[in-house]
Amino acid sequence: MDVLDLSRWQFGITTVYHFLFVPLTIGLSVIVAGLQTAWYRTGKQEYLRMTRFWGRLFLINFAMGVVTGIVQEFQFGMNWSDYSRFVGDVFGAPLAMEGLIAFFMESTFLGLWIFGWDKLPKKVHLATIWLAAIGTNISAYFILAANSWMQHPVGYRINNGRAELTDIWAVLTNSTTLVTFPHVIAGGFLVAGAFVLGVSAWFLMRRREVDVFRPAARLAMVVSLVAAVGVSLSGHWQAQIMTEQQPMKMAAAEALWDDESSAGFSLFAIGDVENGRNHVNLQIPYGLSLLATNTLDGKVEGINDIQERYQALYGPGDYRPVVGLAYWSFRLMIGFGMLSALLALAGLWLTRRGRLPAGKWAYRLAMLGIGLPFVANSLGWIFTEMGRQPWTVFGLMRTAAAVSPGADVPSVAITLVGFTLVYAVLAVIEVRLLLKFIKRGAQEELEPEAPVPALSY
Amino acid sequence: MELTTVWFLLIAVLWTGYFVLEGFDFGVGILLPFLGGGDGERRTIVKTIGPVWDGNEVWLLVAGGATFAAFPEWYATLFSGFYLPLFLILLALIVRGVALEYRGKSDSTKGWDRAFFWGSLGPALLWGVAFANMVRGVPLDADHEYTGTLFTLLNPFALLGGLAMLLLCTQHGAVFLALRTTGELRKGAARIAAALAPATVVVVLVFLLMARAGVLSWVAVAVAAVGLAVALIATLRGRDGWAFTGSAVAIAAFVATLFTSMWPNVLPALDPANSLTVTNAASSPYTLTVMTWVAAVFTPVVLGYQAWTYWVFRRRLTGAYSA
Ligand code: HDD
Ligand code: HEM
Ligand code: HEM
Repeated sequence: MDVLDLSRWQFGITTVYHFLFVPLTIGLSVIVAGLQTAWYRTGKQEYLRMTRFWGRLFLINFAMGVVTGIVQEFQFGMNWSDYSRFVGDVFGAPLAMEGLIAFFMESTFLGLWIFGWDKLPKKVHLATIWLAAIGTNISAYFILAANSWMQHPVGYRINNGRAELTDIWAVLTNSTTLVTFPHVIAGGFLVAGAFVLGVSAWFLMRRREVDVFRPAARLAMVVSLVAAVGVSLSGHWQAQIMTEQQPMKMAAAEALWDDESSAGFSLFAIGDVENGRNHVNLQIPYGLSLLATNTLDGKVEGINDIQERYQALYGPGDYRPVVGLAYWSFRLMIGFGMLSALLALAGLWLTRRGRLPAGKWAYRLAMLGIGLPFVANSLGWIFTEMGRQPWTVFGLMRTAAAVSPGADVPSVAITLVGFTLVYAVLAVIEVRLLLKFIKRGAQEELEPEAPVPALSY
Repeated sequence: MELTTVWFLLIAVLWTGYFVLEGFDFGVGILLPFLGGGDGERRTIVKTIGPVWDGNEVWLLVAGGATFAAFPEWYATLFSGFYLPLFLILLALIVRGVALEYRGKSDSTKGWDRAFFWGSLGPALLWGVAFANMVRGVPLDADHEYTGTLFTLLNPFALLGGLAMLLLCTQHGAVFLALRTTGELRKGAARIAAALAPATVVVVLVFLLMARAGVLSWVAVAVAAVGLAVALIATLRGRDGWAFTGSAVAIAAFVATLFTSMWPNVLPALDPANSLTVTNAASSPYTLTVMTWVAAVFTPVVLGYQAWTYWVFRRRLTGAYSA
């Protein structure tokens, strides 16, 4: 493997890992804030217990999101220095704004929330968790604006071999950002919904603390369903924008080799990349044209045709991403996400009007279901990022030109192995801690955590 | 003032904020094994920084992001050139962050406390090494690519810089702990602060005198010396607030010395023709203008709520409770 491959593996592994924690933080922060609001409004102890129980799990997850995020902030410089030189003028701006506007907000107010239970008036304390949750979502906006610029560069010009910013508004209101943001946020709520549902199922199966975990499960299922609608709608918009901006990615996602009107949505295909065609292709008629263009007979471009067009436009080269990967990651993202929504729908039915299913299988399914939206999210990113290849910045910079020229194989190998090992160990620790705190339940300590040191002046 | 100058200053301010605030976080971590007798004491020690350490760390993230936005060449060369030291710093920060958040939630804290110690000591030392190299200059080629190796960075001057930063942070942490605790813990912290002071003063001043260049940096070195002296005298008299102010000023002046000595370079090369300067490393005027507006609006807001946090948690923590 050369430096380029190693750097790609490293970026892929550390980023996908970071994004295991991110969506849960996004969804759960808002859920915890909502629960605390309910407690503030009604004064019911159940809501306080729920706030504290889910809040604890949220914090365990948040810590991992923070420490893995630090690596992200510096990786562009470490492994992708030529990329950083080329795009810094444009790309650095949203990144710096994210730090100044969002990271300060989430970390500072979360610190106040954790340690402020007995120091702040109730109302102010409630405000701190909301501010942390809002900061988290703002942070997502800025980083997605940065990423969207790589998918669809706007508001820049090329000068002295670098991309220079000419319009910050264009970057912050990039059409790609506007559809990606709701998709990622909705994906986050799908994760949080499945998580809260799965954990609650563990208690309900044992009929433990039904008074707090039944409402939690019902709430989670509603959240999941709303999120699934959000993910589907925004995903649809994304597909349309993508067809226009990155037709190759759409074509690869559908294993659509040649231009087609009234194109079907492929469900299962076995392709032949060498010859640019499919052996088998099971389709929903008109599905793709509808998804991509909102009409039944809209024309969707195929891989072979785009490849020819790009060669004329950008010079000789292979402009096709790994088609099989794009195809399956796209399908499975949708599939796993929808499966998760189906679980929630079934669960709402099974728990209607005070019921709780008798057997164990429903609870077991709910627990297993926690994994579904996590995988869907990872696949979504793998699709988005790898479907863009060979470009790092679409149409402007190839991945091969982005890597640090000074980096050598041993160094990158050391960091790749180092991060991966540390991350693996941390994953084990984090899961153990989560399990430990789940098993404790929401029963104990209605008073603030642990003995608080006496105050003196 | 030119925008490139504004951003050089702003980035210097961000690093200053980072070292003044995270400096005592590091110090607290380094002192934990030496000060905390029992579980309860150790918990109090960690709790002094519990609510604020994450917010303090964001100063680093914003310094990184601001460098990326305002001086992309600097960001690219620095972090790809200082590759392995930066990797170690990142690992240390990961381990330390997790230790801080998870120690209180785990059955045994021993492993976490060790991780907290090394995760605090490592970055304090390595940032010192990195900054010493940034002042001294590194081998860069005409494309501003770093051409040295890891060992180029481990020269005696840089190691002295590392030691200076390490001592400074430890001292700062001791003074901070004295300010934030009571009883035995406070006495112990003050004792360590006083004991460390002579070594800190000598190493820091020797390093700064070797590092300094230009007229302004004389002022900064002088201020650092005054800060350290105030910290020592105030510690001996039990005036914790003044001692903390003194050591905070010393750290700020330490960073100021380094930045005033670099100016107008942001990363000097051994061959001056290849140096990265505020001009050739900078973003376009448009980007700098946009970022200046963003900074002008949001920096006061951030300073406001961070200050409020310190106000909320201003009371001393007593060490004398059992866990
Ligand atoms: C859609 C959302 C999203 C995406 C695509 C990313 N992140 Fe992230 N990041 C978050 C959403 C987020 C968050 C929700 O705000 C986190 C996760 C958990 C947390 O603590 O905050 C966070 C934490 C986090 C932190 C720690 C902040 C702190 O100390 O409070 C940093 C430095 C980064 N991220 C940087 C990055 C970079 C450079 C990315 C690009 C590769 C990236 N993140 C992708
Ligand atoms: C957090 C969600 C994200 C995930 C899961 C993700 C995933 C990936 C993956 C799997 C790759 C490797 C692609 C390949 O090697 O073929 C990659 C590459 C890359 N991504 Fe992302 N990405 C995410 C967000 C971002 C963001 C927000 C940015 C920019 C702000 C970004 C910038 C890059 C860059 C610079 C590369 C390296 C060049 C390349 O290999 O294409 N990514 N990402
Ligand atoms: C009907 C269902 C869905 C459709 C039509 C859909 C569509 C899309 C499309 C077209 C993209 C690529 C955008 C681009 O590269 O420009 C994408 C990306 C992504 N999807 Fe989905 N998606 C669906 C469901 C889901 C679900 C259920 C999840 C996770 C829970 C998810 C998570 C993601 C993520 C994280 C990305 C990468 C970030 C982004 O570009 O937005 N998607 N989706």
